Amino acid sequence: MEKLTNRSIQVNRSPMTISERAYLPSILKGLTITVGHIFKKKATVSYPEEKRPFSPVFRGLHILNRDEEGRERCTACGLCALACPAEAITMEAAERKPGEEHMYREEKYAAKYEINMLRCIFCGYCEEACPKDAVYLSETVMPANYTRKSFIYKKEDLLIPNPNNKG
Amino acid sequence: MSEATPKFKVTIDNITVEVAPGTTILNAARSIGGDVTPPAMCYYSKLPASGGKCRTCLVEVSKGSEKDPRPMPKLVPSCRTTVMDGMEVKNITSDKVLDARKGIVEFLLLNHPLDCPVCDQAGECDLQNLSYEHGTEQTRYDFPRRTFEKEDLGPNIQLHMTRCILCYRCVFTAEQLTQKREHGVLERGDHAEISTLLGKSLDNEFIGNIIDVCPVGALTDKTFRFKNRVWFTKPVDAHCSCTKCSGKARLWMRGDEVYRVTARKNEWNEVEEWICNECRFERKNAKDWVIEGPSKIKRSSVISQGHYVGTKPTPVVIDKVIGKEPKFLMNIHDVSDVNKPEIELSRIPGPAHSDDFKGNK
Repeated sequence: MEKLTNRSIQVNRSPMTISERAYLPSILKGLTITVGHIFKKKATVSYPEEKRPFSPVFRGLHILNRDEEGRERCTACGLCALACPAEAITMEAAERKPGEEHMYREEKYAAKYEINMLRCIFCGYCEEACPKDAVYLSETVMPANYTRKSFIYKKEDLLIPNPNNKG
Repeated sequence: MSEATPKFKVTIDNITVEVAPGTTILNAARSIGGDVTPPAMCYYSKLPASGGKCRTCLVEVSKGSEKDPRPMPKLVPSCRTTVMDGMEVKNITSDKVLDARKGIVEFLLLNHPLDCPVCDQAGECDLQNLSYEHGTEQTRYDFPRRTFEKEDLGPNIQLHMTRCILCYRCVFTAEQLTQKREHGVLERGDHAEISTLLGKSLDNEFIGNIIDVCPVGALTDKTFRFKNRVWFTKPVDAHCSCTKCSGKARLWMRGDEVYRVTARKNEWNEVEEWICNECRFERKNAKDWVIEGPSKIKRSSVISQGHYVGTKPTPVVIDKVIGKEPKFLMNIHDVSDVNKPEIELSRIPGPAHSDDFKGNK
């Protein structure tokens, strides 16, 4: 059969030489490599105390944004769900009633908004598709959990806290 | 007069076609089809006297006819200009036309609110398609856009006058389908608006068709309002035995739920047969209909997304080693709040409100 690469090496089956049979030189050679690594820079970080810097384009957990007055920006236009290659986003829309103007920015809003984080691949297409600057991928790493149920993120889990409700 | 009427030869974008005398340039171009057809926002072949208002179908006539080969001095609206023998028309091959169309789109969008994320027409909107193909990214208009309050034309029709482009199609529809037209265009110029005088409700049996003829989202179906996006529903052709109309309609379904009923539309986005209000607004049950099959949707339309035609479900092969059905670890419908069986959105008469979702958390 024709070889795909020329990187393969025939295994040397010839009998060992005296220096190889003595073993000690080979062991010493191995030990120098081991000891040499002790003085090298560590490749790992001690995670919770020390964190690796994120890339500025890192895409983590989603958030649903509010506007300056604390109203929800999302209008349930469905473009994030349309753009989503993993079909992770679902929503149900409702009409804003008179008196709810302080809660929702537009006359239509997402009554239900859900992201299935088990399906999400964090591609960020939803963020790109959003015409209302409502959905953003934050710099938080998606937290791990024990149950599958906890990976279905509802609107309450995604929405950022209302800045006007602080006091 | 001779028996066989001579046919006129007309060349549109270097494609020659023979049409009967009296045909408009637009209809001649439609008989060719494809890219050479000028877009039309106000012309509707089913509505006599429509057309000539929006100017999107402007074309250049580079040769008037065989007898008088002079070009026409200005761009002409193709929906209103009849062909002459030997006429040569330039549509997409003319830079003048493309430039003019760009300007027309800018004019049409001057007062348009661009609230496509909220609008129910998004995805099947003629103005959206037109501006996508011919529009520019920016408008040069600095002044505030005209605004109107949204208005109810009867219990099932919602009028958003801000989105209207004043194509008059709905006026002609009411004129043609009803004995007495009750809505029209009031005021003039910048103040012109579609309305019923003194907030009358439109209650003719066929008045729902004005929703279908509307090229933008100015007239929308209130029974479908904010229920779902058009491209997440699946269009199927269906018919029912209706005493008032032909009963041939298009259902927009999601699962077994009928979210919306519209008339069937042809490739020019024009209604094939008018349907009555009862079919449109009241038959929201799949049992009322005989489903013929999925509607044909253009591949370029967003509505065709997620419709995987001709795919077969892959058979579940149970591994010899495991020898049992895989364990179903989570049923998404137990966890998800969306699409709860208790809330049938298609059965709520109007748009859903916050209290419709209350009580189930």
